[in-house]
Amino acid sequence: MSLLSIETLSLAIHGTPILKGISLEIAEGEITALTGESGSGKSMTAFATMGLLPKGVTTTGAITFDGENLLSLPEPQMCDLRGREIGMVFQEPMTALNPVQTIGAQVMETILIHKAMAPDRAEKRAREVLGRVGLPPDRFPLSRYPHELSGGQRQRVIIAMAIALRPRLLIADEPTTALDVTTQAQILDLLKRLVKEDGMALMMITHDLAVVSDMAHTLNVMRQGEIVEAGPTSEVLREMRHPYTRQLFEASRHQADLGAARAAAPLLSVRNVSRDYPLPRTSLFGARPMFQAVKNVSFDIKRGERVGLVGESGCGKSTLTRAILGLEPTQGGQITLDGDPVWQDGHANLTVRRKMQVVFQDPYGSFNPRHRVARLITEPFHLLPDPPKGAARDTAIAKALSAVGLKPEDADRHIHAFSGGQRQRIAIARALIIKPDLIVFDEAVSALDVRVRAQILDLMADLSRAYGLTYLFISHDLSVVRSITDRVMVMRAGEIVEDRATAEIYAAPDHPYTRELMNAAPQLPDFPEAQDAPHPAL
Amino acid sequence: MLGYIVKRLISLAISLIVASVVIFVVVEIAPGDPASFMLGINAQPDTVAALRTELGLDQSKFDRYLSWVGGMLTGDFGTSYTYRTPVAQMIVDRMWVSLPLALFALTLSTLIAFPAGIFAAARRGGPGDLAVTGATQLGVAIPNFWFAMMLVLIFAIQLRWFSAGGFPGWEKGFWGGMKALTLPAIALALPQAAILTRVMRSSLLDILGEDFMRTARAKGLSARQALWRHGLRNALIPVLTIIGLQFAFLLAGAIIIEQVFFLPGLGRLIFQAITQRDLIVVESVVMLLVFAVIMVNFLVDLAYAAVDPRLRTRV
Repeated sequence: MSLLSIETLSLAIHGTPILKGISLEIAEGEITALTGESGSGKSMTAFATMGLLPKGVTTTGAITFDGENLLSLPEPQMCDLRGREIGMVFQEPMTALNPVQTIGAQVMETILIHKAMAPDRAEKRAREVLGRVGLPPDRFPLSRYPHELSGGQRQRVIIAMAIALRPRLLIADEPTTALDVTTQAQILDLLKRLVKEDGMALMMITHDLAVVSDMAHTLNVMRQGEIVEAGPTSEVLREMRHPYTRQLFEASRHQADLGAARAAAPLLSVRNVSRDYPLPRTSLFGARPMFQAVKNVSFDIKRGERVGLVGESGCGKSTLTRAILGLEPTQGGQITLDGDPVWQDGHANLTVRRKMQVVFQDPYGSFNPRHRVARLITEPFHLLPDPPKGAARDTAIAKALSAVGLKPEDADRHIHAFSGGQRQRIAIARALIIKPDLIVFDEAVSALDVRVRAQILDLMADLSRAYGLTYLFISHDLSVVRSITDRVMVMRAGEIVEDRATAEIYAAPDHPYTRELMNAAPQLPDFPEAQDAPHPAL
Repeated sequence: MLGYIVKRLISLAISLIVASVVIFVVVEIAPGDPASFMLGINAQPDTVAALRTELGLDQSKFDRYLSWVGGMLTGDFGTSYTYRTPVAQMIVDRMWVSLPLALFALTLSTLIAFPAGIFAAARRGGPGDLAVTGATQLGVAIPNFWFAMMLVLIFAIQLRWFSAGGFPGWEKGFWGGMKALTLPAIALALPQAAILTRVMRSSLLDILGEDFMRTARAKGLSARQALWRHGLRNALIPVLTIIGLQFAFLLAGAIIIEQVFFLPGLGRLIFQAITQRDLIVVESVVMLLVFAVIMVNFLVDLAYAAVDPRLRTRV
């Protein structure tokens, strides 16, 4: 008999249906994955199981855990169950811990709130369990605060809190989405080990098929509140009976058609560039220690080339990007675009600035919500000495919007009327409107669902082919970079450790760090059907 | 932690120096010569000149600044032009009224605001929340002198529980003094409590939406336990800021309430000193108030660090 069984669970928020009669079973010692795009209802399924649904939610159906229907269990008994029998791990480790309490206090709280042991034994258990998740007490004493730990370490603390009382079911909601690939691999290994050692059931929620493809026993593919396909993972991935599963699968390994590589004169030239940051003072009067975020980096990007810059958080790629965009001065070396320096006489060189544009990661935060699209996408016009006005301006707006697959009429709408993918199109239109030579994409597709991401990657490739645009594509995601670049640079600790053609680097990575990154990145299994997909020449 | 305190202390010292210069300059610019004012319009020029010498007004501005600051550092605040008594003594006398009044009012406002704010936040959107938010609207809107007069009408004239004004002095016993300060403290506390309740409520609501509150629920804490154990301390930072500002305001800003209740406090002292061009009193009292404000801010900074461990390591 299974530990958790969800039967025809339906859920509505203020009358809007979110889940439409889903059913699934999880047995002890088994990993069950729920996958699907944002809004498919996978997190709601988790919160329904935890009894932590927001106000205004109505449910029908049943969630049976160990013979009891959780949906009809009174709140005090739910409280008793949470943390003791069912643990949960969340997506955002940076904010999921209380910043003003020590990690020891927070791990011990799980034990003490259930009065499972006396305080002194609880403290001992907290040390044990932190050690089990890879935070040995000699290096990570209980008195540490969350802000003294990295994202991966914080996620380990959250896992320690969730498993402190050895729950029978662990729910992990996108536990590695916010983490770097190497950290992600470690956390996934840890979860697998805990399931194996404790015989715990794990409900794993993720939008990333590759993450669960080699760890989940069963796979449930969700779309719009329904489970469209379910079964043993290898079977689901091999047969892909539902077209949506196939779409998800293909979108995750989507390869944009870049056209032939074009080698021409260098456009961007970065020569021996260094960037230093002052660290907090260690003594009151001594010189401030410096942190070198970018160390003597040199490379060229040729006109029309699509170059990727890959590295984990903290490797210096964002710092380097800001220097290239002329947003900050460098402490050594020079960056030139078309022969002109991007930074001159203590400020950004405007004649160069208008030749480059940037598209950022967050499609929600990077627009002023009070302005209309027309005003948003014409913002770069302030860089021009003589910006187009009147009819010329309207034509430019219409052309830019058409180029990214939107309608000229969209110019009069506000940004809230658009979805995440459409917003990213508008961000690209904003970059295109002054006809730049170089566009920098800073994690520009990281926040998008796989199918939308595939569409945006196609759009980028189309635009590059049509206008001969040069791209610098910055990402932590190796598979995305592979699909949209001619050449990849791998950055680590402020240095570029490998810089080669995309096809070569993915076929045979040279540097040990590149290999480490590639091995850590979750891979989708290869199936004969999938290899029939068009594979353009790079 | 030590670095944090040292840094705060340096900033405190700089603030005090800048404030003393600004106060001195502003008071010097204000029109009206104290000597002519004291002697009246018919005074002979040589009498005025003699008085100016006696008061030290003929020295250079820089010398006068130095002797003013130097005096204050040694506890000598100079002599009032009008009353011919040491300013230090006048301030100390008034402080015995103003400081207890401010603390009394602040205690009342905190005692009202904390439970009310927590109550409202825990019942967001419910009738209890609406009632509290509505009451705070009213509390902010009512002018406190009007409220003070209503208190006098009801509790002093109708019910005769309290006297309508005046201050008997602490020599007649602690409870007598507290009784005289009760109505003024209530009148002062009402709008402050309303503001503080709103800050407490919105700060807690922000925290209740944080990810770590959800983590706490996932561990098995009830909504109430999560609020008390994880919400409150995190919500405290903005509340501490407002309490600091309110204390400073209550110490100096009670002029109107002091007038309504005939209390010999700092507010009335400074008001009288300004109308009489008693520059040395004005300067000293304002400087003292600035000192109090800066000290309170320093204490609030220390309280921040006590509440939030992230501030202790950030230098």
